[in-house]
Amino acid sequence: MIEPLPIAVDHLTKRFGTRTVLDRVSLAIAPRQTVALVGPSGSGKSTLLRCLNGLCAFDAGQIRVGPHVLHAGDGRARRAEARRVRSMLGMIFQDFQLFGHLTALGNVIEAPRRVLGLTKDEAKRRGTELLDRVGLADRAAAYPAELSGGQKQRVAIARAMAMSPRGLLCDEITSALDPELKGEVLAVLEDLKRDGLTLVLVTHEMAFARRSADRVVVLADGAILEDGPPSVVLDHPQTTRAQRFLSRVMT
Amino acid sequence: MRSADRTTVPTEGLRRLADEETFGRFLARGTGPGPRAGLAPDRPGHHARRAARGGFWALGLAAWLVAALAVAAEPLPPLRWAADAEGGAPYVFRDPTAPGRHVGFEVDLAEALQEELGRRIEFVQYDFKSLVSGLKRGDFDFAMNGLEVTPDRLKAIRFSRPYYVYRLRLVVRQDEERFATLNQCKAVGGVVGTLEDTAAERLLDQLGVRKRIYDSQVEPYDDLEQRQVDAVLLDLPIADYYARQRPKLKYAEEPSARGFYAVAFRKDQEELASQFDAAIDRLWRSGRLQRIYQAWGLWNDDQQALSGAEGMADVLRESARQWTPARYLPLLLQGAWVTIEVSVLSMSVAIALGLPLALGRLFGPAPIRWLAAAYVEFFRGIPVLLLLYFLYYGLPAVSEYYGLAMDLKLAPLQAAVLGFGLNYAAYEAEIYRAGIGSIGVGQWEAAASLGMGPALAFRRIVLPQAIRVILPPMTNDFVALFKDTSIVSVIAVVELTKQYQILAKSSMKYLEIGLATAALYLVMSVPLGYLSRRLERRWGKGA
Repeated sequence: MIEPLPIAVDHLTKRFGTRTVLDRVSLAIAPRQTVALVGPSGSGKSTLLRCLNGLCAFDAGQIRVGPHVLHAGDGRARRAEARRVRSMLGMIFQDFQLFGHLTALGNVIEAPRRVLGLTKDEAKRRGTELLDRVGLADRAAAYPAELSGGQKQRVAIARAMAMSPRGLLCDEITSALDPELKGEVLAVLEDLKRDGLTLVLVTHEMAFARRSADRVVVLADGAILEDGPPSVVLDHPQTTRAQRFLSRVMT
Repeated sequence: MRSADRTTVPTEGLRRLADEETFGRFLARGTGPGPRAGLAPDRPGHHARRAARGGFWALGLAAWLVAALAVAAEPLPPLRWAADAEGGAPYVFRDPTAPGRHVGFEVDLAEALQEELGRRIEFVQYDFKSLVSGLKRGDFDFAMNGLEVTPDRLKAIRFSRPYYVYRLRLVVRQDEERFATLNQCKAVGGVVGTLEDTAAERLLDQLGVRKRIYDSQVEPYDDLEQRQVDAVLLDLPIADYYARQRPKLKYAEEPSARGFYAVAFRKDQEELASQFDAAIDRLWRSGRLQRIYQAWGLWNDDQQALSGAEGMADVLRESARQWTPARYLPLLLQGAWVTIEVSVLSMSVAIALGLPLALGRLFGPAPIRWLAAAYVEFFRGIPVLLLLYFLYYGLPAVSEYYGLAMDLKLAPLQAAVLGFGLNYAAYEAEIYRAGIGSIGVGQWEAAASLGMGPALAFRRIVLPQAIRVILPPMTNDFVALFKDTSIVSVIAVVELTKQYQILAKSSMKYLEIGLATAALYLVMSVPLGYLSRRLERRWGKGA
């Protein structure tokens, strides 16, 4: 079982120029919880995700990830703290972002070798295990260009897992996939959830959210509209804004 | 009367003489039809004949008057004589005591020729290396500037009867003990300085001696004193004037390889050229030529060969036949090696220097960004030729002028590599920048989300992928650099193209050696293109 990772967002404000993307957002995520972040595009959910692992600096508030605290503003200290946060919190991107010059296995073992300092053999052994777990043991030597979208995303998950994170941030990881390929990726996520990983997903897969998420958070215009178990939020949203959005995406 | 650029050698009596002679020729032409006019009216009788004869005289008189008027109004234009007075002692050079005036044994010779020909001769300053092309273009009437009669020149030029017999002088440093002759110099791998496109250069090529080419007559001896070259081989008059007084230098072996200086005309100037032939012949026989050379300390027994100096064209053509592939191929290969050396070293400098420039421009703080951009704009904006000149000739002068402690004198190869390296670094920096910029921010973020720092992400993730984009234009640049290196000959580096020029000129085998040279270039550049495509395929796999 993986070490528990609690996450606490406290009055987080993020602006792009004069536009406020996140407005004093507060959110506590319990260890081993799976949270689905939903909302109309431009609602700030991807930005919130990127703030969580320090890819984005923010203007006010703070974020606590396990023992680490990210403060507002940018600087050497924040970047160092962000790197420590990232060692606990992996991230998967909508467009995979596999390293094109490396094979599937190469993608998985690169960071463990260079960042964690694993030997090549050790990294390969663990990398092969992870590829096997996402069902791609036979594609270890393939380059990203030779893989399907679903396979690429599964390699990306194995790559993130190779750093032994306690949580994963997933930014619309099935949006770029054909419907028949989405299932294989979501199946991997459910598998990881069983390990006790904290999962924060930005997603449009309402069926998946309903089935697997412990909690659904609806974000709009940089603020949280609804927050609760899927059965409550998805079936009985309180705000009209959330109702409108959900009725549109769930038909 | 004398200006900085033109020197006339006028004599009042001469101009009169010129007018009379021209006039006489004109008159002869005018009276030409006379006899026929006189014969035609035979039948009409005596009176008619007398009348006709009277008409003839009248016509003749009229022609004389017209001709006289014409000549009086417009004498023959002076002959324009081209030579290079820049550092051209003892041939033609500026009078040190009166810088507007030109002196030299060829100035005296021109004066003597002016008297013999009865026509004014006017000096035109012309770059030595361009004399032959200037003559062909018709920029002047003749060139007389220590031009050696050589096989390739005979093809395009009508040379006059020779006016001087030169020999070549090998000059070495006073303390030289390794060699005393050219062949010994070659054996110890010595480098010999000389001027471009001279008999001395050809001799060095024939013997396969390493050489360095200079533009002026002073520099080779300066460099010899500075130990930049091991010896200097030049025409005896030059050595006598520029090297004999230097205590650090001495004459090595006895002078060798006799040759002739002659006046150069275009092939279509046969009439003028034969007038010069006759005039030089008269100056030789009257002893005036000898007096001129004695006055300049140039007289020696060799000059007796001027008596029978005919038919040397055949001798020179014969020497051209000695240029067999076995003789010129090793020299071409030497040139090719220099081309490879300059290209590979320059490109290494450019690739090494281009990356920090690109990184500075992409990621540096404002002042670094600005400096990197300024570097790129500066070196892309100036001609590499200027840069080469400055590095090779300018830097030592700068350090001397400001009394800098460090010696900024670069060897030709160093200057070439530095010049091209600095120049191409600007282009490579832009190629790096485009390549690195083509890798999306997502790759940086993916690397960061795996705990990689910026340096590691760049080295392991971004750069290897950017190389795919960088490699093709960089290979193009390398092939371009390969060809660009041909201009390093201006700083005395003899690479493949330069070697071709020299060999083709010496042997007249322009086509044969040209094909061999082209083959060498292809042998070098085609595998390069092949290699680039292979690397592209290999690194392009993951695209």
